[in-house]
Amino acid sequence: MYFGLSEEQESIQDFVKKFLADNSTVDEIRKIANGEGEELEKNIIEGILSLGINTLLIPEKHNGLGAGLLHAVAVAQALGSGVGPIPFVGSYVMAPIAINLGGNEEQKNNYLPKIANNEIRFGVGMTEFVGAREDAGIEFSKNKLNGRALFVLDAEKSDFIILSNKSGNIFIINAKEKGVKINKLTTVDKTRSFHEILLENVNAEILALTEENNEIAKKVVDAGRIILAADTVGASEAMVEKAVTYSKERKQFNRTIGSFQAVKHMCAEMAADLEPCYSLVWQAAHSFDTEEVSSSRLLACQSKSHTSEVGKMISKKATEVHGGMGFTDLLGLHYWFKRIGLNRQILGAPEIVREEAAELQGFNQ
Amino acid sequence: MNLEFGSEYDEFTKEVEDFCKEYSGATITTNDKKFEMHDALSGNASKKSGKSVGRSEWQKLLIEKGYFARSIPKEYGGYGGEPDIIKSRIIAGAFAKYKVPNAMGGQGIDMLVPTLLEWGTEEQKKQYIESTLHGETIWCQGYSEPNAGSDLASLQTKGELIDGNWVINGQKIWTSTAQYSQMMFCLVRTEPEASKHAGISFILIPMDTPGIEIRPLVDMTLKAGFNEVFFDDVTVPEENIVGKRGEGWSVANSVLGHERGSLANPNVTLNRLNSLINLMKEETIDGRRLIDVASYRDRLLQVQGKVLAAQAHSLRLLSAKINPGQNVKLGGMIQKLVGTELRHELEGLAIDIMGELGTLYEDDPNVRGGGSWQFTYMYFLGLIIGGGTNQIQKNIISERGLGMPREPKVQVEV
Repeated sequence: MYFGLSEEQESIQDFVKKFLADNSTVDEIRKIANGEGEELEKNIIEGILSLGINTLLIPEKHNGLGAGLLHAVAVAQALGSGVGPIPFVGSYVMAPIAINLGGNEEQKNNYLPKIANNEIRFGVGMTEFVGAREDAGIEFSKNKLNGRALFVLDAEKSDFIILSNKSGNIFIINAKEKGVKINKLTTVDKTRSFHEILLENVNAEILALTEENNEIAKKVVDAGRIILAADTVGASEAMVEKAVTYSKERKQFNRTIGSFQAVKHMCAEMAADLEPCYSLVWQAAHSFDTEEVSSSRLLACQSKSHTSEVGKMISKKATEVHGGMGFTDLLGLHYWFKRIGLNRQILGAPEIVREEAAELQGFNQ
Repeated sequence: MNLEFGSEYDEFTKEVEDFCKEYSGATITTNDKKFEMHDALSGNASKKSGKSVGRSEWQKLLIEKGYFARSIPKEYGGYGGEPDIIKSRIIAGAFAKYKVPNAMGGQGIDMLVPTLLEWGTEEQKKQYIESTLHGETIWCQGYSEPNAGSDLASLQTKGELIDGNWVINGQKIWTSTAQYSQMMFCLVRTEPEASKHAGISFILIPMDTPGIEIRPLVDMTLKAGFNEVFFDDVTVPEENIVGKRGEGWSVANSVLGHERGSLANPNVTLNRLNSLINLMKEETIDGRRLIDVASYRDRLLQVQGKVLAAQAHSLRLLSAKINPGQNVKLGGMIQKLVGTELRHELEGLAIDIMGELGTLYEDDPNVRGGGSWQFTYMYFLGLIIGGGTNQIQKNIISERGLGMPREPKVQVEV
């Protein structure tokens, strides 16, 4: 019996962390966030991809590593802790899982090796499947898609886009096709991209096995939620570390502020609530990899919701520990605050996923 | 990640489960009121549907099977097995699953026995351990004093060695079960010249010794049964000391950590969550099930998230015990803080969703769950304070876990 990340999983996590620490400091993040670092961003993404994070969830026979979601969780924690400006949850988790579970052999052969070889990248739009805002929604008829998708993940510079309708049918479109209009959304989190996609008579293929029911779409969303939870755990960990480090350096009243109980207790509260979150997210990923949906989906929902609540508390308290500096752009702590804030809302805010979790358990009749 | 215990444990699991099926829902009969609280807190005997067994008989049966006192040597009355964390986990899991009453706990079994195994003389081990395991010798703990709470090491109860006897004077407080106990293990200042921590000894005191007075200290639950214990020239033999003179602080601390971890057992928390879910399906407001009220349901799901996190976390801590080298640095330190706060929140939620009904208590004919929701809600506020207050826990987490500096010592003005 062993509960935790394997040596291999810890090692890829360390590689990603180290790469970000060396190549993507707050100064670089700020440049990218301010739209002044296109070349820089490209180099960071290429560097991370050279570690093979695009191959994790692709089966070996399609040139991938054939690893499980727990591997991706290890990476997501590292990306969150360094607020890595990297497309991951959509491009390299949800997309390969959707194609692998939902595609026929031809579709799998067509797309999966190309993702593994870094020839193509996917954006993923499943927000409407979870809950549509405004008039968002897509219609499929005669192999054409029409409509509007909001908060599409990782669509920046993507080649293809996976989109789901309300019924959980999953489609693939070519992002470059005429009739596809991609508008960047300005969110608080500038470390990742979110887009509105407008479709007018766009050729689309449906992932063959998603025609019948929405089970595959749900499973793809489960994976996305667990990865976002892991990203929040990583970002929260970094915020606690930064708060503790700062509190040991900053002096007021001739003492380091970390010697005041008011500050110590805030740090202890953050650490105490964060520790079980690692365990919960790891168990959710392990359950996703090995168990029936009936038991794994509850853990996926609760991971998303619980880490969002803990992350919200930590992002507030850690900022407070930094005092006025925490509020400045100078320190850049807000990149973590905003990343956690965005993870909370995307693919189901806490109240939404808790209601789903209640339904799973037959609570609300 | 591998959550299987391995096929070598299959046979053992089956054996334990067979036993548990036989005693599922069993009731422990006792003439003593003193076990009621223990049973309520450990989730025992909520539904009385199974066999009925006497307390001492039950203890002996569990020891004989190796389901209790498993790694305590046979010569001291234990089962004499090799320590095996996985087997302990299988036993605990099966007992919870089949609602089999746990072995009796209490401060003698949970704290004194491990202390004696580590520090006691051969005579002390022979004299006390077996009868404690059988539930025949009940112990109380004499640590806290009115002026030594969070700052326990400042305790002032005095012990002087006079003619081969310890003569003890002073006062202890928060002494659970003192009125039923045959013995007390007590921290006493025996070296007044030594520094605060180095002046304390760990002494065993028979409770029928002349000069001991016990006064009940009623707590907010009106049930839990704390006491104040006064010592007036209480005289016990010199050999009743455990460890050497002045070693008492180390002797006591070797098992304090164990107490902190055991205050909020995640298995019991999960059982309470399931009881809460059932309660929300049974109780109604305006004819609607409480679980169908969206705001109540959302609060339930929030608590469930925390309970699932705690369950997963206990697996991670178990893993760290089995796999030396696995780093859970902070993971263990947070258990008392997080576990007690979570139980308090869970029990409080049950009261909230019942509204007016939630305020019923004791023997009211309409009370739900035998009054256990209010009792446990209040009792866990006591546990948030006791066993090292949760503020002290936060000091420990921040200082030892996060490496933050201690509060500077205040200069005492004369």
